[in-house]
Formats: sequence, structure tokens, C-alpha cells
Amino acid sequence: MKTYEEINSKIESKKAVVLTAEEIIDYVEKKGLEAAADEVDVVTTATFGPMCSSGCFLNFGHSKPKIRITEAWLDDVAVYCGIAAVDMYLGATQLRHNDPANMYYPGEFRFGGGHVIEKLVAGEKLQLFALSYGTDDYPKREIRTWFDINDLNQAIMVNPRNCYQNYNVAINCSDKPIYTYLGLLKPEMKNLTYCSAGQLSPLLNDPMYETIGIGTRVWLAGAQGHVYAEGTQHTSVCSRTPNQVPTEGAGTLALTGNMKEMNPEYVRGLSLVGYGVSLSLGIGIPIPILTPELLKHTTVRDRDIKAQVIDYSSDYPNKTGKVICQVSYEELRSGEIRINGRQVEVGSLSSYAKAHEIACLLRDEIKRGEFLLSQPIRKLPIGQPMKSLEIRGKNQ
Amino acid sequence: MITKKMLLYFPQSVTEKPIVYHLVKDYNLIINIFRAKVTPEEYGYLVLDVTGTEEDIKKGMAFVETCDVKINEADKGVSWDSSKCTHCGNCITHCPTHALYIADQKTRRVDFDSSLCVECLSCIGNCPFDACSTIF
Repeated sequence: MKTYEEINSKIESKKAVVLTAEEIIDYVEKKGLEAAADEVDVVTTATFGPMCSSGCFLNFGHSKPKIRITEAWLDDVAVYCGIAAVDMYLGATQLRHNDPANMYYPGEFRFGGGHVIEKLVAGEKLQLFALSYGTDDYPKREIRTWFDINDLNQAIMVNPRNCYQNYNVAINCSDKPIYTYLGLLKPEMKNLTYCSAGQLSPLLNDPMYETIGIGTRVWLAGAQGHVYAEGTQHTSVCSRTPNQVPTEGAGTLALTGNMKEMNPEYVRGLSLVGYGVSLSLGIGIPIPILTPELLKHTTVRDRDIKAQVIDYSSDYPNKTGKVICQVSYEELRSGEIRINGRQVEVGSLSSYAKAHEIACLLRDEIKRGEFLLSQPIRKLPIGQPMKSLEIRGKNQ
Repeated sequence: MITKKMLLYFPQSVTEKPIVYHLVKDYNLIINIFRAKVTPEEYGYLVLDVTGTEEDIKKGMAFVETCDVKINEADKGVSWDSSKCTHCGNCITHCPTHALYIADQKTRRVDFDSSLCVECLSCIGNCPFDACSTIF
């Protein structure tokens, strides 16, 4: 048994033993669970993938004369202004003004909120266009100017849902191509797409949320951020394997961090043909090895983690709940998989390469004494199911 | 026999000449065209593989140059920008010749072998990060 204080004092004296969630698998196999639990202080987990429920609060400071902004666009992407005078919220999936979307199907969606966030973090210049109705104390009614992140008072990323614990594998059983948030799915099950870092993914290494909770310090694209709430759609009641690893979406995290401290390499806008825009984010979360049981969870392997294959041409949009089959991440990473007697090519939208990079970066930061662990101030909810939206009224 | 991949740039004036016909008929070359846009009144291009003896290819290309067509063996019709690639692997199932591939199963980093690229352009729209681009 170790405590957070003991681990943090070892980190401060640069003596902490830290391994990535990939390295720990062989380490425990070699040393045995009890001996390894004594030696290892922290296991680093990571993920890099599209996280649509991401965005940021920005504060511009006041112009002379002042404006109380009611509508605004950053590089022609609309932001939400229904808050204080020069505060605004920019969402990752917001389209650029005049984007024809899927009017010319499939739309290209070349630029949107995620790309603006990427440009901000990269320190590039952006255009602010803002309007107001004008008041006695805020008389200005229009502003057009250029700025970068250093001109802002605050640029705080606030992401209501990141780090999905596990995720569907999308396939297309119809005879037409379909365009989804998991990319282009070819007809007749010719390809499928998955989206998880598997054995490196944070919540798959702490399946019952014993160390990752509200207040946990996280590596958010290079900045030291934290978990501020359960993520939206956090669903701890779900199907799980005997080692408690979910086989479906399950838990999520709401994360926040200072964008001025982020590394643009891990904040990337993306365009999904026929679907829209989003933001791919890199996140690393350290797991303190307080007990052998916690260590055991971090030794989970791709072959032990299962995901559900779902038909995105029909069962997903119609919410039938039908699952074609379950496959392991080891099978998925082989590049080809057999489903209903057919060979299916496997693609991914989550970058294992980037997740691996992040797990190593976080490991090294902790080893150098630069990243301390924080004990959660509150646990994520256990026993929480998922509600659906009822369509009520006559015109169902 | 050797195979060379090259880009031919056509000026406005010669787009009506049957250059490929002459390459096949007069210089014994095997031509595999990946992409072409040869429109009257406009600049045109041809991306192709030329297979033949070194001697025949040399003569054939000398003939092409007499038609005022510029030959470029260095340009790539499709490029992959490693700094934009996040190695997600979405392209893998859309590249029919495995020119885009997982280079290392352990790190799962993606790489691009341009010699295998047939310029189908499927990667261009399917890369969410705009890492693949075409010069035409």
C-alpha cells in the first residue's frame, strides 16, 4: 500500500518508478504482481483521437470604446456570446459561416471550430468579427480586428466529454457508401473503423474509476489540466468483461486546461467528409499504483479489451441496440478481421502512435519531477445508467 | 526493361497531338496512365509509368520534348506531409495499393511509399488532417 503523498514525495525527489501502460504489461509478467506493485509508483496512460465535445472559453479584454459582444466569429466560425461582455465559447464542431455542409453531398467540411482551436494553440493570427446592439455603457456596435492567443486574457479549454472509456467499431452493411464520424464506410462491409487507444487508454486502465476522478491532474495536450466533472453521457452501468473492462462506451471525463500552455502537435482540427469538423486531442493520465489491485488493472492488454461492431447504415442511426459481434483490439490492430465469413479491412481514427508518444512524454515528465499527482476530490459516479431522449407529442 | 514514373506537362498548343500513340508505336514503350487532363485551350498534364529499355525510354522522351512537352521525374502527383499526419490509420483502408501503410506494428506509425501510389486520390478526401495533397 502506498499513499498519494508518498508517491508525490518520490516524484519530487526524482526517484519515482514510472512506466507506460504498454511497458507495465511485460514488467508485471516478469516481476510478479506483488513485487511490481511495491516497486512501481505510477503507470502512464494516454489517448489521441477526435473528441467532438471540446471547446474553449476566451476572454478578449475591453476595446476603447467598449462593446458588449452579442454575436461574433473567429475566422468566420461562430462562437457563443450569451455570457459576459467580451467572453465567448468556441465549440470544436462549429462549421464556418457559409459552409454548404451536406448540401453538395458529401460535404468537405474543410474548416471549423476544431481548426480555429488548432490555430489558436499554434499561436497563429485569427480574425475577430463581433457585433452588438450597443448600450449606454457599451456603445460600440461592431469590431473587426486581428489577434493571437497572447492577446487574450484567458484561453481555457473546457471539454464536456473526452476520453470515452471504450468505443463502437463502425461498419456498413448496406449497398451504398456512408459518411460517418468514423470516416467513410464502404458498402457490403468492405472496411470498418475503430477509435480507441485500447491498452493505453486511460479509463480502460482504471475501469472502475478508482484513481481517475474529479480533481485528477491530467496532461491535456501538454498543459497540466484536470478533470472538472464526470463527462457528459458518463455511463458506468454497462456490459463489462469479468475484469470489469467495459465492452461499450461507458465512462467519460470532462477536462479543462490552459490553452496557452498547450503543444499544437496534440491539438488538431479535423475534417470528416460528409459528416463535419471536430478536434483531435492528446490526453495523458497518470495512474498511481497505490495497491496491487490497481496495478493489475493497468496490465490489461489489447487482447482482453473487446469492442462492439455496429452497423452504422441502419442499427446505429435507428438506435436498435443490435450488435453484430465483439472483437478485441488485438484483432483490430492485425489490420484485417473476419466478420460473417468476410474479410474486412480495418482502419482507425484514434492514433496509437500519438497515444504512445504522450504516455512516454508524461512518464518522462513525472520522472523529472515536473508532474505531480493529485488525489480526486470526488469520485466519478458508479451505477449511473444512460437516459434516452423521448420524442413526445402527436408528430412522432 | 525498366519502369519510370513521370509527369508530363502539356502547353496549350500541343494538346491535340497523339503523343502516347507515338510512344507506343514508334518507341516500343508500355504506357500506364494514372491520371490525365488534356483539354484544348488549357494547360494539360499526364501522370504515367513508362516501361521499356533504357534506350527506348531515352529516345521516346527526346521525342516528347520535341513536342514542347515538359517532363518531370522528380515531381510527385500525390504527396504525403508527415508533419500533418497524426498516424491515426484512417487512410489505410482507402489506399488500394498499400502505398500508405503502417510502417511499424509496435509504434503504429504510418508511412507513404510513393512508388506504389497509383494516384487514385482516395486518400485526399479521406485524410481528416489534410496530410495528403495532389499537385493538380
